[in-house]
Amino acid sequence: MANIPSELLYTKTHEWVRKISSKEVIMGITDYAQQQLKDIVFVELPPIGKELKAGVPCAVVESVKAAYDIYSPISGKVTKVNQKIQEKPQVVNEDPYGEGWFLQIEISNPNELSSLLSPDQYRVASAS
Amino acid sequence: MKKTPLYDAHIGYNAKMVSFHGYSMPLQYDSIINEHHCVRKNAGLFDISHMGRFEVSGNNTLPFIQQVITNDAGQLKDNQVLYTPICNEQGGIIDDILVYKWNEKRFTLVVNCGNREKDHLWLQKQAVAYQPSDIRDLTDSISLIALQGPQSVCMLEAALGSKFDYIKKFRFDDFLWDGVRITISRTGYTGEDGFEIFVDAKQAAKLWNLLMEKNKQNSLMPIGLGARDTLRLEACLLLYGNDMDETINPLETTIDWTVKFDKNNFFGKDSLLRQKTKGIERKLVGFEMIDRGIPRHGYPVFKGNEAVGNVTSGSFSPSTNKNIGLCLIKSQYARIGEELHIQIRDNGYKAHVVKTPFYKRK
Repeated sequence: MANIPSELLYTKTHEWVRKISSKEVIMGITDYAQQQLKDIVFVELPPIGKELKAGVPCAVVESVKAAYDIYSPISGKVTKVNQKIQEKPQVVNEDPYGEGWFLQIEISNPNELSSLLSPDQYRVASAS
Repeated sequence: MKKTPLYDAHIGYNAKMVSFHGYSMPLQYDSIINEHHCVRKNAGLFDISHMGRFEVSGNNTLPFIQQVITNDAGQLKDNQVLYTPICNEQGGIIDDILVYKWNEKRFTLVVNCGNREKDHLWLQKQAVAYQPSDIRDLTDSISLIALQGPQSVCMLEAALGSKFDYIKKFRFDDFLWDGVRITISRTGYTGEDGFEIFVDAKQAAKLWNLLMEKNKQNSLMPIGLGARDTLRLEACLLLYGNDMDETINPLETTIDWTVKFDKNNFFGKDSLLRQKTKGIERKLVGFEMIDRGIPRHGYPVFKGNEAVGNVTSGSFSPSTNKNIGLCLIKSQYARIGEELHIQIRDNGYKAHVVKTPFYKRK
């Protein structure tokens, strides 16, 4: 069973969001996503300063077999990227909600947060 | 969707199944990387029953085989196996196959799953001039199981209670197992020692389970198509549809050694000879990424601003821990050490041409 921490928000495309202040969030991919992808061997992240749009690809994750787009859960500007997962991509498999985080984003439209899924909603979405 | 006789066994091992040329096949059971290392260090069991198998028999079988393949079956001894392309008149590769010689009047051909019908039609058409030679498709009645890895001799012996090391590389022999005749071939698609076993479809699951059961202590793992691909790529064994097709001739690839111009006429000979004399314009070479990035089939290859070819296969390589691939590029750049750029999504990533195979067993 995939772990779905209760303090986070989610997307249908299996990203998670953690609010760290009124303006900033951290995002990554869910435990369910890393289980589906299995061996992650490459992560491509956007440069710091890049403007992201909600629902548009912002990163790429590759398993042994194929490349998959990761979608930005929210609009805003990239303020930090996790270098560690570029050097050791398997960290995403090992700790998707912790050391395997992807980006820190300064959000441009806080209203978008309300359209993200709650843990219960995501549990339903990822079970179907 | 077609199922092999081992479908239930795959489901029992929690395989992630995928559609592969009309068959439901296991992509992976565990992690592709774990399965890969298991074959390199120990051994793994593969269901390759999806591959096509034809039996060719009749008085004119050897001359017919010689006409359709580019390699030379004339030198084969009985119970010997030969790897060869079959080419069209232009020298384009119709398929790459294994030819098993039982005797001059009886051969078995193992062909790629995706080419089974195409090959069958082509062979039947060409066989008309070589009557009597009869081609029968035995794919559905005979299953094929591969046991690959350094421990495969021990494991086969443990399961079947007999000695098999006498079967040398690219040789095969029959064996009577519990009253069932099976054929054991010392061949494979992983770059490791190993066997491919032909067994009656009705007995296939029993043999698979016996091999797994008798080698539980030896940690034998079932291996899916995912690891089969990384294993074959590291060993620089080509994949039809990726590294070869009818627009590519064998001289342009790493299997140029399979074209034997000194034998009598064969399909593609004149055209291949002309191209050899003129000079080959493109060449398939191995490369290793210098920058971080994983090359994939179809990605463009650049030298400076010039587009010079395409990636035909690419992957992360678990044994070398590098990102590797094969690319078909203009011959002038096909030199060891040549620096190229692979276009991955929107950017160019540095790579260089390296010697193949990427991995060689010790």
